[in-house]
Amino acid sequence: MAQKEIEIILARHLGSYLSTPIFIVDPDGNLLYFNESAEKILGRRFEETGEMPLAEWGTIFQPMDQDGTPLSSDKLPLVVTLLTQRPAHGSFWIRGLDNVMRYIVVNAYPLIGQAERYLGAVAMFWEKEQP
Amino acid sequence: MNITLWGTRGSLATPGPECVYYGGNTSCVQVTGADGSVLVLDAGTGIRRLGLALPRELERVDILLTHLHMDHLQGLGFFLPLRKPNVRVHIWGPASTTLHLHARLSRYFSPPLFPIFLRDVEAQLTLHEVPRGPIEIGAFQITAALVCHPDPTVGFRIQENDAVVTFLPDHEPALGTRKFPIAPEWTSGYALARDADLLIHDAQYTDAEYVSRVGWGHSAIKDALAFAQLAQVKHLVPFHHDPSHSDQELDELYAQLLEEMQLAFPVTPGKEGAQFEL
Repeated sequence: MAQKEIEIILARHLGSYLSTPIFIVDPDGNLLYFNESAEKILGRRFEETGEMPLAEWGTIFQPMDQDGTPLSSDKLPLVVTLLTQRPAHGSFWIRGLDNVMRYIVVNAYPLIGQAERYLGAVAMFWEKEQP
Repeated sequence: MNITLWGTRGSLATPGPECVYYGGNTSCVQVTGADGSVLVLDAGTGIRRLGLALPRELERVDILLTHLHMDHLQGLGFFLPLRKPNVRVHIWGPASTTLHLHARLSRYFSPPLFPIFLRDVEAQLTLHEVPRGPIEIGAFQITAALVCHPDPTVGFRIQENDAVVTFLPDHEPALGTRKFPIAPEWTSGYALARDADLLIHDAQYTDAEYVSRVGWGHSAIKDALAFAQLAQVKHLVPFHHDPSHSDQELDELYAQLLEEMQLAFPVTPGKEGAQFEL
């Protein structure tokens, strides 16, 4: 497997020390890493899921709005950031892989390195009281 | 290619009787190709003696700067070819998100830090921000990549025919890891160092020193050895010795660590004047 870009490596290292849940994807949306704090919300350890493509993580957590209507993956803040290379924000329900429903708030931002190298995106998120 | 070490010390030039064997000049390495092409890796204080030793008829020299911290730049103003109008000097350095390489080098080449302006250099000077992807200089194929060190810093992988030398003088791949080494794809510098015939790598601290210097951008010696093992290099030259480490201390440190780790490849602590043929 090819070595990750240094900015991605440093983002993962930072994430591994944060209590804030963090989720890192490459420019194609492939999940590269989520930290231990995110594991509690997503309901599974990263060691168990490993890397996965956008098509998989975009649906596996069954995102839905407050009315229970499924959200298409292009409505997810992280996917909006991937498409626009701009920060995005949103809140929605997910079903963790432990089968527990959680309402989460997500802030996503792009990772743009030197020479405008687009390296992927990061989502920081946390669980919120039911609206 | 021939590789000659002209400066092996880290952070600060350290002359004195306690550093005579490994040397006190800061980072500078010469790489000479079979066709006579000359690369100079970093412009620490070791570059002064290198400049004096180059062939008089040399028409072109390429200086590859890993970054612009003073211990990697301080000798540049004393590099003899910069005073020769008939010499083409190409300087390659990492890009920054704000200032061009010229503007950043000019901070050093201007009063009050230095009496001569960059524009007054007599050689035919060309500055390059190192691009992504390979660079070809003479017979050398060079790859630069950002590595873990504060401020924009690159390492270099230099290939001539089948021979590869990798230069990572300031590098902290263990930063942020709870146990080092970790998986290669998540290790800074791995792609540059993988299977290199010779790896010249930061090895500034003892384990005890590293504890209070995490994030300063340098490696504990043991981590440098572990990184070389991970990258499966054929020969390691630990480099960028801490100014506080005397010859005797370095000898004792390496004797103990090499006995402990029983590595499958040779380790030759960087010493001024040492030469390697690949």
